Amino acid sequence: MPEALLETRGLGKTFGAVVAAEDVSVSVAAGEIVGVIGANGAGKTTFCNMVTGYLTPDQGRILFRGADITGCTVGEATAAGIHRSFQIPQLFPGLTVYENLLLSVGVFGHRRPPWWRPLVRPETQQEARRVMEQYRIADSAETRVDRLPQGVRKLLDIAMAMVGGPAMILLDEPTSGISTEEKFDVMGNVIDALRSSGATVLFVEHDMDVVGRYADRVIAFREGRVLADGAPREVLENPAVIEHVVGRRPPRPTDA
Amino acid sequence: MTALRNIRPTTAGIVLAAAALLGLWPLLPAWAAHTAAVSLGGGLVALGLMILIRFGLVSFGQGLFFAIGGYAAALANQFLGITDMLVLSVAGIAAAGMIAWALGYIVRGHRGIFFAMLNLAFSMILFGILAKTVALGSTDGFSVGVPTLLGVAPGPEAGRLTFVLFGFIVISSALVAWMVDRILASPVGYAGQGVRENELRLRYLGVSARGAVHLAYIMAAKLAALGGVFTVLLIGHVTPEDTAYWTKSGEFVFVAILGGAGNVAAPFIAQTVFELVRTFALQYVPEAWQMLLGITLLLVILFLPGGLWSLVDRLRGRDA
Ligand SMILES: Nc1ncnc2c1ncn2[C@@H]1O[C@H](COP(=O)(O)OP(=O)(O)OP(=O)(O)O)[C@@H](O)[C@H]1O
Ligand SMILES: [Mg+2]
Repeated sequence: MPEALLETRGLGKTFGAVVAAEDVSVSVAAGEIVGVIGANGAGKTTFCNMVTGYLTPDQGRILFRGADITGCTVGEATAAGIHRSFQIPQLFPGLTVYENLLLSVGVFGHRRPPWWRPLVRPETQQEARRVMEQYRIADSAETRVDRLPQGVRKLLDIAMAMVGGPAMILLDEPTSGISTEEKFDVMGNVIDALRSSGATVLFVEHDMDVVGRYADRVIAFREGRVLADGAPREVLENPAVIEHVVGRRPPRPTDA
Repeated sequence: MTALRNIRPTTAGIVLAAAALLGLWPLLPAWAAHTAAVSLGGGLVALGLMILIRFGLVSFGQGLFFAIGGYAAALANQFLGITDMLVLSVAGIAAAGMIAWALGYIVRGHRGIFFAMLNLAFSMILFGILAKTVALGSTDGFSVGVPTLLGVAPGPEAGRLTFVLFGFIVISSALVAWMVDRILASPVGYAGQGVRENELRLRYLGVSARGAVHLAYIMAAKLAALGGVFTVLLIGHVTPEDTAYWTKSGEFVFVAILGGAGNVAAPFIAQTVFELVRTFALQYVPEAWQMLLGITLLLVILFLPGGLWSLVDRLRGRDA
């Protein structure tokens, strides 16, 4: 097995009486596309929150490229090359799609943004346009984000997460809120874009068909623990996974 | 309002406005020149508030830094014998910058009403200290001598508002407005929009939202301090009530909202309107001054939420 890009060792996190993570030890190799599944409340988002520095784990270590990044801030995780998209898209709602990307491209990675040069320059404009094309949201360039349909918001959220070219990207339910007919089209395009950028991908997904199609490997969570971890077919056919994840999946028509 | 659209270079406008003011000097009656200069001083404070407003923040205590600037200049003049207006300005800015840097560590973690009221609290503390300090004249304050510039001292007959002081205020204000205009168009300015719109996303873009707020806070403080220096040099006297009292801070917020955050010229225009209305109201309807302010604020919020500057945008045919 190639050297791990991301490795977690015995991560634990509790919220009061709720165990959101317990002894989570997983490893993701560079170039892999890993699908993460689990019922509502299984701890998938909590995992993303810990890996990106938004939450500090109560126990365990997080290693990225072999370096211990446990307890680092969101900004430090971002600087290290771990970015994420959100279950509920985190955009700049009062601005247009183009402005969202312009702002993202212009400020990215500046802990202390420079104040002596203009943000809007040919390079930033070009890069913002390129990202819009790549994620097929250029048609909505001039639309204010709070007036966008959910599907475009999801795409913009991912596009903004990809600004700065991360080594690893965590996608939290990239297809939630997107109709079943469009899911494969959207996900196919996103995965292509991520692959061409060379990013290692970990995506949280409730649609098992999407998982089976795009993941090289699947990790199933249950009540904060890793229930199964392996090849997609193996995991998706594992009886425990079928019982606790696949079978019990409630209908989620518009859950964000 | 898509605020990003409003970021445009206004260099030409600033140079023109400054040149016009300097050219008009011989024609301006004394009260008009005084009003213009005082409006530039107050406008600088509102300009600082405008930066904070771009960040989605407001401070109900800018009088704190206005007072720090004014008192720093007055103290340097009275106790160190410094008369050069350039040195006095630098002293005011430096004092406010250092204090804002320190207080910034407290305020930068707060947003909304807490950010606004923390500053009010600081300003009330300073007011209390100044009003109780006998060596600084307590509530009566103390006087400031006539300032000089690079060795140029006005003759004894010249009065307070000399062409040197007027020109110094006009040119420094223009320079500062030009700088702020550039800063608003820089990544720092845009980071402010990020703080206002979605701080979580900004953090995930690798930007320290707190750091950006801290920087904006210091900038706003320095602007308020420079405004304080100008005002004290123009009036020739400094008191706690005219600088650090909470109604003074309220006036600055009033002016910032009246002008709107659309352009660096807006706070200066609004401050001028404010000064003119006050001058005439106090003369003709002194008991109605507060009511007039209240009605103006009401009308602006109801019909011109983008402030006076949105009228300019409307004239130019842009949606505000
Ligand atoms: N900040 C928090 N405070 C309190 N409890 C939390 C917090 N974040 C998560 N939890 C709890 O931790 C558990 C795991 O939540 P998490 O959001 O990680 O689940 P998930 O697998 O992402 O679920 P979903 O599929 O619904 O998104 C849940 O019981 C949740 O209520
Ligand atoms: Mg979740």
